[in-house]
Amino acid sequence: MDQVNLSIDAVEIAATPGTTVLDAALGAGIYIPHLCHHPDLKPAGVCRLCMVEIAGRGTTPACLSPVEEGMVVRTESPEIRDLRRVAAELLILDHRPDCLVCAKNNRCELQRVAAHVGIDAARLARLRRHEKTLPVDDSNPFFTHDPQQCVLCGICVRTCNEIAGVNALDFAFRGFDTMVATFGNDPLVKSRCESCGECVVRCPVGALAAKDFQQPSREVKTICPYCGTGCGLLLGVRGNRIVGVRGDPDSSVNRGILCVKGRFGIDFVNHPDRLSTPLIRDPAGGSRFPGFREASWDEALGLAARSLAAIRNQYGPAAIMGISSSRGTNEESYLFQKFMRAVVGTNNVDNCARVCHSPSVTGLSAVFGSGAATNPLDDIEETEVLFLVGCSPTEAHPVIGMRIQRAIAGNGVRLIVADPRKTRLAQSADPWLPVRPGTNVALLNGLAHVILREGLHDERFIAARTEGFESFAEKVQAYAPDRVAAITGIPAGDIEAAARRYAQADRAMILYGLGVTEHSDGSLGVMGCANLALLTGNVGRKGTGVNPLRGQNNVQGACDMGALPNVLPGYQSLEDEAVRGKFEAAWNCKLPVHKGLKYTEAWHFVRRGRVRAAYIVGHNPALTDPYLQRVEEALAALDFLVVNELFLTKTARLAHVVLPAASFAEKEGTFINADRQVQRVRKAVDPPAGCKTDVDIICELADRMGYAMPARTAADLMDEIAAMVPLMAGIRYPRLEEHPLAWPCLDEKDCGSRMLYEKSFPRGRATFRAIDHAEPAEAPDASYPLILTTGRRLQHYNCGSMTRCTPGLSTLCPEERLEIHPQDAAGLNVREDEMVEVASRRGKIRVRARVTDRCSPGVVFLSFHFEEVPTNALTGDRLDPMACTPEYKVSAVRVAPVEGANVG
Amino acid sequence: MPYEPVLLANINKKDSHTLAVYEAGGGYRTLKSALKDKSPGDILEVVKSSNLRGRGGAGFPTGLKWSFLPEKHPGPVYFCVNADESEPGTIVNRVQMEADPHQILEGIMLSCYATRAATAYIYLRYEYPLCLKRMQAAIDEAYAAGYLGKNILKSAFSLDLFIHRGAAAYVCGEETGLIESLEGKRAWPRIKPPFPAVEGLFRKPTVVNNIETVACVKHIVERGAAWFRSIGTPADPKDPRDPGSYGPKLYGLSGHVNRPGCYEAPLGITVRELIEEHGRGVWKGRKAKAVVPGGLSTGVMTAAELDTKLDFSGPLKVGCLGLGTACAIVLDETYSMVDFLHNSCRFFAHESCGQCTPCREGTSWSLMMLERIKAGRGRLKDLELLLEIGDTIGIIPGTTICGLADGAAWPIKNAIRKFRGEFEEYIKRTNPEGYMETEPVEAMATVPK
Ligand SMILES: Cc1cc2nc3c(=O)[nH]c(=O)nc-3n(C[C@H](O)[C@H](O)[C@H](O)COP(=O)(O)O)c2cc1C
Ligand code: SF4
Ligand code: SF4
Ligand code: SF4
Ligand code: SF4
Ligand code: FES
Repeated sequence: MDQVNLSIDAVEIAATPGTTVLDAALGAGIYIPHLCHHPDLKPAGVCRLCMVEIAGRGTTPACLSPVEEGMVVRTESPEIRDLRRVAAELLILDHRPDCLVCAKNNRCELQRVAAHVGIDAARLARLRRHEKTLPVDDSNPFFTHDPQQCVLCGICVRTCNEIAGVNALDFAFRGFDTMVATFGNDPLVKSRCESCGECVVRCPVGALAAKDFQQPSREVKTICPYCGTGCGLLLGVRGNRIVGVRGDPDSSVNRGILCVKGRFGIDFVNHPDRLSTPLIRDPAGGSRFPGFREASWDEALGLAARSLAAIRNQYGPAAIMGISSSRGTNEESYLFQKFMRAVVGTNNVDNCARVCHSPSVTGLSAVFGSGAATNPLDDIEETEVLFLVGCSPTEAHPVIGMRIQRAIAGNGVRLIVADPRKTRLAQSADPWLPVRPGTNVALLNGLAHVILREGLHDERFIAARTEGFESFAEKVQAYAPDRVAAITGIPAGDIEAAARRYAQADRAMILYGLGVTEHSDGSLGVMGCANLALLTGNVGRKGTGVNPLRGQNNVQGACDMGALPNVLPGYQSLEDEAVRGKFEAAWNCKLPVHKGLKYTEAWHFVRRGRVRAAYIVGHNPALTDPYLQRVEEALAALDFLVVNELFLTKTARLAHVVLPAASFAEKEGTFINADRQVQRVRKAVDPPAGCKTDVDIICELADRMGYAMPARTAADLMDEIAAMVPLMAGIRYPRLEEHPLAWPCLDEKDCGSRMLYEKSFPRGRATFRAIDHAEPAEAPDASYPLILTTGRRLQHYNCGSMTRCTPGLSTLCPEERLEIHPQDAAGLNVREDEMVEVASRRGKIRVRARVTDRCSPGVVFLSFHFEEVPTNALTGDRLDPMACTPEYKVSAVRVAPVEGANVG
Repeated sequence: MPYEPVLLANINKKDSHTLAVYEAGGGYRTLKSALKDKSPGDILEVVKSSNLRGRGGAGFPTGLKWSFLPEKHPGPVYFCVNADESEPGTIVNRVQMEADPHQILEGIMLSCYATRAATAYIYLRYEYPLCLKRMQAAIDEAYAAGYLGKNILKSAFSLDLFIHRGAAAYVCGEETGLIESLEGKRAWPRIKPPFPAVEGLFRKPTVVNNIETVACVKHIVERGAAWFRSIGTPADPKDPRDPGSYGPKLYGLSGHVNRPGCYEAPLGITVRELIEEHGRGVWKGRKAKAVVPGGLSTGVMTAAELDTKLDFSGPLKVGCLGLGTACAIVLDETYSMVDFLHNSCRFFAHESCGQCTPCREGTSWSLMMLERIKAGRGRLKDLELLLEIGDTIGIIPGTTICGLADGAAWPIKNAIRKFRGEFEEYIKRTNPEGYMETEPVEAMATVPK
């Protein structure tokens, strides 16, 4: 678009049409005092400090005046000067002059305004100080709200509304008593605030300020270690310590925005419980951890190498299982699977995506021919209709949740949500489909039925780009809305409405999460989603597609790197002679031919004595895997277990050797986020003395087992990956310095592929899969009448090893609660906060109750973050037959108040 | 020839608020004939050429305001009647609503017909319970008689009319504060543009007019634009920006007079006429010291300025804000101007909605200073400071989001400039040593230079 030319204080400026005079001036380096303006927010025009004179229009606020061709602006006149000066003086008089002890010192807009208008002590002295004493709210562990220091610019209110979509803050009272407050003026922790801190970073003064703020002396650009959103972080470092976190404004994923975990959850890195010396199991103890003695690296690595080699020699390589972490870097996962295959000599290598998103790989591959997100996350703003299936992004992928809320409010995106719980986004959905857990396939088939019945399918797309349509169409015949309503519990009318809304949109996008995959028919659920997209031609275009929301930061990468028992890196076939030959030549080894064990199967093989040892990197199955009593038994029964960890987790406590590893902030590498972008993770600080990076640990272990890894740094490993994996052949560190690259990236000139399948599918055509509903493995019955479904809480992550070592997060969410619908609670005589016992066929746990209609009647909810409340003692180990992912989302349980525990 | 009241013609009749009495006096005949013979455009034309200016305070030409409604908009268009009447000293809307509600309803119907609005809201001051009762009864009668609802009098015109009880804040009377309040939000006035005619209630084109304005519309449609223009002060040929002050006007009178009340007269009577002829003079045989011409926001004039005409341009000539609501408040010679200004500052500080820095800070700081002065701790330089605040919080158009700050500024500026001697004398008398209670605050310790 053409630029608009205007003059501001006689400087000729070319500005983008649609921007304001204030934007244009600030962009040209001309300061106009302002307090209520923020570039990320819609203008409010309330501080009235940005007044300028526009020829022909008089005095108006610059932040509300769009630029126009030929505009002549003056930023200063005697009148404007007086006006600003009086307003600034009065504001400053209300404000405690505590600059030197204020977290915003030197970054404060009020200081800037004051310096600009020139505050004169003698003039201020004419006004006498009055005392406005408003209490400081320091209930939030991460920041304070001091209304005394507030200039009432409203930036926090607008941020919470426009950016966070939470609406925790608004103005209260009027006139001089006006203040920013939560609903009912409650303390922040009691309000609906989610502690994302977005308001804190935007507050122009010290009214909202981070606690314990320390100005970093340098910043390191890296990627958040938590969920699969993959937000860009800037770690603020002083000396060798991380003192703060900022969102990376250049990241296309989060554009500077963070959630509570990313912004405030990095403290675990500095936690005193971090392991710092290798530990060897010893009943006599000797370290700060009972049952373990400290050992030198030499001794610990030597013991591990000898033990693994001995078991391999005695029982064969297949007696050893390796589990990589989808929280580690790509380089680590690659190196780990190479270690298992080339050094140990087995394909028994897997990663913890097995228990979350493996059905995405099987399901999406079955339909599209490759198992990854089809479209960039940016399409959330580009679509017309967003269909969320089995995910609660506001809790599990909060920054995506925020983007969805903004897309709804700002871009008019319509939302459909299928989820058994009335999640926050379900409240904005039209319609919300409260699907009975375990009946996704019936629902998805039902939607397809309606689309076909009403002729809303995309015939051209189906004919040109798909196969298998006839048998699919025939299959969904049996899924008329009435029948589906009976299976799923959703009113037939809502099923029809949702089908029409999804199919009639020009662009519709599906996002799904673990609510689809973690079922005994998880792979089928994924196929059901993909079928819908094919049926309506919602593939290969902007604002369409099917995107899994990955649980952990590097679920995508761990799978891409071949930490899987059935494929080599980049999903290359184990059976293909040419591929095997390529790897054997490069790795200088003989590759095992047979597919390895999926780790969820491996526990059974331990019991049968076929698996005797395991090497686990950064994963805690003793807490996160279902039916954990069996997992624990299996781990305890191993002849030898070696674990790389940051903390002595429940799994590590069962190990023979524990090797202390560096955290994400202490090493180089890359993560791949939910939309396939390979992003650089950078070392910000040195690991605590005594820790080594996983790359070093694995290399040294290989050395001791007689295999010298040629690539021993992250950058060299990426070069090796590029050489071995065609999909990533163009990905190199120097390129990643500039910006992330999404695979496929076929050579050094390829800029990566943000969107898949624009022209064709990997197999040419995509394949409709005719699938059937099957009841979940465990239906509620008279003895176990409720369905337990599991998931995450906003403040915590996975087994809690990181978040629960971040004190503030534990303050916000100190303990687990069982969510139960008021109807069920009344029937069972369970009251809010009371201790209840939850029992399944496998075990029982105690937990306090939270009575809430977020759960549908008949369904109860627990997260699995707390060792004290081991939810997975209840869940079952029935697996999805294709992906071997367990059915976390449906277990039959009964709930009863604990007699005696609730007295007083 | 004595002036024949038009707006208040009915009020002395027994049961003047009922439909029967209103119809017996010829009520709703204008509506009937207009729906039969006149197009909406005809009514817009006659209102335009009458030069009717809004009676709510700002004096904006009503026909012009209506013509800002976008022509091609798919609608709906909303019509809001401003009956929030909260300007101190102002009681004229109340008299009309209590005594002659059907006259107002007929005005609303004609105005909605002209603006193609099918839904109208009367935003009624919370503290007017009798108005609520009378207006609601009148609306019920009108529905029953077919003057409201679908296809009024079998024409194509339909109108639904609702009363919305106000939220008991002055700022709810500001037209965009009113709209926000109607939408169920805090009455924080909106940034303009967009003006309500383009994007108002529920983001649709909207007209906001005062009760008395719509009452005038009824008479203009009935008697014609020429009749309306025959009353009042004609435009000043020397001032191109003066469109004249035409038509009958309701004047309010309160304070230290013998007969306070609501009176009708042609626009342009002088303050003196209002006090002497309608109010029967200042009470207790005293003289007037000062008069607020048209609601507190308009500022204050001295005894020497009483020959000022109360039309849209008169008060401007003596340094006041304008005609405002034409409701004068008389202060007798014994009344302290310090008390007056303290009262005024208290009102505006209490009513500022708090969004704009100059208004929120300026109104409260001026109140705090007046409190100190009143309590005998004032300093002469406080007067300078008050003037600085008064001169900056509202004087440049657009300094603040709505006109409240401007209204708060005029009493400060007028009272101190016109009665400076009295303020100085008071401070010297009550605080001979220039006593200061608290230490002055220091400038921000670390403001970077
Ligand atoms: C603070 C403030 C309060 C106001 N209160 C009223 C009121 O109570 N009634 C009213 O008619 N207009 C009030 N107004 C004026 C309205 O904003 C608006 O100009 C008027 O309703 C338009 O009607 P009119 O054109 O018929 O005069 C107020 C304005 C301000 C700035
Ligand atoms: S921290 Fe986030 S959720 Fe809480 S008030 Fe601020 S913006 Fe809203
Ligand atoms: S707390 Fe900060 S951002 Fe919020 S209104 Fe006050 S000064 Fe503005
Ligand atoms: S949304 Fe996910 S990636 Fe982003 S900051 Fe939060 S936890 Fe980290
Ligand atoms: S001028 Fe005063 S009352 Fe009007 S919007 Fe601004 S702060 Fe509110
Ligand atoms: S920045 Fe323009 S009014 Fe505040």
